[in-house]
Amino acid sequence: MSGFADYARLDATALREAIVSKRTTASQVVEAALARIAALDPELSAFSTVLADSARARAKELDAALARGEPAGALCGVPFALKSNMCVEGVEAHCGSKILAGYKPPYTAPFVQRLLDEGAILVGMTHMDEFAMGSSGENSGYAVAKNPWDTSRTPGGSSSGSCAAVAARMVPLSLGSDTGGSVRQPAALCGIVGFKPTYGRITRYGLVAFGSSLDQVSPFTRSARDMELVLSVISGADEHDSTCLPLPAIDPERSDSIRGLRIGVPKEYFASGLDADVRAKVEGAIAKLVELGAATVPIELPHTEYAIPTYYVVATAEASSNLARYDGIRYGPRTNGDGSLQSMIAATREAGFGPEVKRRILLGTYVLSSGYYDAWYVRALKVRRLIRHDFDEAFKSVDLIACPTSPTAAFRLGEKTDDPVAMYLSDVMTVPTSLAGLPAVSVPCGTVTLGGKQLPVGLQLIGPSLADARVLRAARVFEDATQHQREIYALAPSVREGAAR
Amino acid sequence: MSQTTTAPTIGFVSKKTDVRWIPVIGLEVHCQLKTETKLFCSCRYEFGASPNTLTCPVCTAQPGALPVLNREALALAVRVAVALGANVAPRTKFDRKNYFYCDLPKGYQISQFDQPFCTGGGLTLPSGKRVRLTRIHLEEDAGKAVHDRGDMTLVDLNRAGVPLIESVTEADMQTSDEAYEYLTSLKEILQYAGASDCDMEKGSLRCDVNVSVHPEGEGWRTKVELKNLNSFKNVKDAIEHEIERQIEAYESGDKSKFPVQETRLYDATTQTTRTMRSKEDAHDYRYFPEPDLVPFHVDAAFVEQQRTMLPELAEARRARYQRDFGLSPYDAGVITGSRAVADFFEMVVKLNGNAKETANWITNGVLANLSDPTIPAKTIDELPFRPHDLAELVELVTNHTIHNNVGRTVLRTMFETGKSPKQIVKEQGLEQVSDEGQLEKWCREALVGKDKVIADVKSGKTKAVAALMGPVMKASKGSANPELVQKILLRIIQTEM
Repeated sequence: MSGFADYARLDATALREAIVSKRTTASQVVEAALARIAALDPELSAFSTVLADSARARAKELDAALARGEPAGALCGVPFALKSNMCVEGVEAHCGSKILAGYKPPYTAPFVQRLLDEGAILVGMTHMDEFAMGSSGENSGYAVAKNPWDTSRTPGGSSSGSCAAVAARMVPLSLGSDTGGSVRQPAALCGIVGFKPTYGRITRYGLVAFGSSLDQVSPFTRSARDMELVLSVISGADEHDSTCLPLPAIDPERSDSIRGLRIGVPKEYFASGLDADVRAKVEGAIAKLVELGAATVPIELPHTEYAIPTYYVVATAEASSNLARYDGIRYGPRTNGDGSLQSMIAATREAGFGPEVKRRILLGTYVLSSGYYDAWYVRALKVRRLIRHDFDEAFKSVDLIACPTSPTAAFRLGEKTDDPVAMYLSDVMTVPTSLAGLPAVSVPCGTVTLGGKQLPVGLQLIGPSLADARVLRAARVFEDATQHQREIYALAPSVREGAAR
Repeated sequence: MSQTTTAPTIGFVSKKTDVRWIPVIGLEVHCQLKTETKLFCSCRYEFGASPNTLTCPVCTAQPGALPVLNREALALAVRVAVALGANVAPRTKFDRKNYFYCDLPKGYQISQFDQPFCTGGGLTLPSGKRVRLTRIHLEEDAGKAVHDRGDMTLVDLNRAGVPLIESVTEADMQTSDEAYEYLTSLKEILQYAGASDCDMEKGSLRCDVNVSVHPEGEGWRTKVELKNLNSFKNVKDAIEHEIERQIEAYESGDKSKFPVQETRLYDATTQTTRTMRSKEDAHDYRYFPEPDLVPFHVDAAFVEQQRTMLPELAEARRARYQRDFGLSPYDAGVITGSRAVADFFEMVVKLNGNAKETANWITNGVLANLSDPTIPAKTIDELPFRPHDLAELVELVTNHTIHNNVGRTVLRTMFETGKSPKQIVKEQGLEQVSDEGQLEKWCREALVGKDKVIADVKSGKTKAVAALMGPVMKASKGSANPELVQKILLRIIQTEM
């Protein structure tokens, strides 16, 4: 049984509609998802765990409930995938790390529970850079996900598997986490929608911490309207997370227009380092926004150049502490060492962490050390405030900021693995927003040709704090006017097949 | 002390060098707050519970779990601050203190570094000495590592996340007695504030000491930290030992033996200290602001609310009991020794209005029974009867319904059965008999064959009649009114024999 034939053509909103209107069933949809994963994932390595049995069982329950005439949830029958740093009771969440091999959380994250409560069906956990540290998925302790547009290239990272899974239409919805761009950058590189909400709009409880003051659960969808739908389900106050804002869920705006919106174009994001073809696509997208009634305003974000170093102080400092709990005592594999406690902890961490994670723990430990703290950590916090201030100033005269999501299209796997700084710079356009805690979306804005293959480009739209709904509305209006998300990539025909609208 | 003698004023004068050495002592006291739940999760805590049963994803540091501040802990902490006259900061934050140990599940402790929730304050010891507080901060307790199971170390995380307040004094104390008095006073205040049990045996109060000595008139010298002090007496003994050790070290003149900045562990069995870690081995805790908890505000209204919730403290009660109830300083001291006892006392007095007798019955009766190992109740909270019952007992004795000694038996029975005194008196027929006809009958029976006693009494030795009291009381099963019995016996002997 290969399930619902239109599966790969529809977004989450349309899939739910097909189920509720009885054109298909949740079970048919799940079968289609599992069939597509079985067909494509051997080549793409998006999934680390596929939960076929529980997904089928849940679909059956939903179909039975619908047959009894019970009301359908907002995501009824929609298959989804989770990044492996998200907690679902009894489902392995290894965070892409050997140190958490086999770790099954004893609890379910509230943001996942909210999806499940609305009828979404969890079909699997996805590959990622170890502890979300990376921009290509190559820092995984397990498998490296591929870009469905060109499997020799990265899907971006760190939420590589969650992004590839949606881009290849294996699922219409997945969750990633965005600390410095780990959802927006892959969304751009894979031609789908990725949105990082204002810091504090989605509970972090159950998201394994990397940089606590930066981490946000961030979904991948194939349409902007799906993104609005998902945010209306998973955002909003949560008593388990003190940093989660005591506000209701994000309420999608009803307007279909961006007429009169003032859109800031920051010159620092169009400087050297930006690929010329990518630049042309993003400038074309901005012209489209103007055509749709928005006005552009040139703006300056003068501290942009300090964002990467600032980020790599703040995020690594927090990570060095957040990752201290992986000591082999309570969970995860243990290496005994010489038998002493210190030796056991050291040996466990030596064996369990990969090189990038170790590098960042060392960096973070260094910047917090006595004698270096003021020069590094405290100074980084000051610069972080300056970066936030840049945005505050800009948003006095504009409603949104438009810029590229990534300076280049998808790079080749292996291209940057020997040069961590080059890898870090691939997040140069997403990190400032993370430091400022602002909402930002990446929407497809066309493709460029590289090595004979078409590769997608993302337009990033950034809003002021709490203007999440405005950012999503602009993304939806742009998408409706351009239909870039319908462009079909040039991967193996097997991926393309059945996916065209 | 071998080479020193205690001087009448502060310090120790060396017999060898005639130098007067002045000790400088400061204390760091950790107290567990008596909250319903832990500091950052909703787990309960109970001393002695089965290992790892009072835990959750937060306090076992499961990946992805986050802390949420328990407002009750903050309220209790603020109440303590108010009781100690400290200044509560309007805005404060938590920090992470990073180090690896098996009982520290997150690899860091959530504590407060540069912005404690309160600073200043202090307390005045019964001797009149003022000890100032530097700061008090709020933090979470670690779990417990159990090392005595062969090769293995076992970890119990029940205690992990229990709220602690750490209070740090200025180095204002100069004798071990002052340190002892300080701890006693602090414990009393925390117990009265309802903030902590302060039970060192259960680990709900822990104390570290900083000690240095210097010749009178000179500047302070290197301080040494003492740990592993498991009772107030240990604290006192360890300080005395450490003062002696430091003086001897300086007087040896050998600089290599001079005290260095270090942490020393006290061994109560040998009454000595040994090096635990030197300054060079000290941890770099890499404190930084806890990003999982937002800075929090404590407004003046909240502080005032906690002030109004603060009960009358022991010192004030002792004064009032002496002034208003006429209790002796000793009785007032015993009764206020625990807030639960003082509260119980006041409830009884409210019912019977007889403070002095009630005080007697509590100090000699209730507390004596509580310390009897054959009685299951160990603390006033575990009494099987209520204040109302003790009030009734005091009343029965003072209105002569039962004799004082019978009252003691009744109290014992109250401890054993939880029955009310009236019920016990009724069931056992203990009511004092004052019916003269009945008493005379018992007296005449007791006089049979007691010619010697009779002769003695008749010759003026009226005290000899005491020998007859026992048989009468026995015949009456203790219920005879002894004053009347004595009167009747004398009357019969003197008028009829």
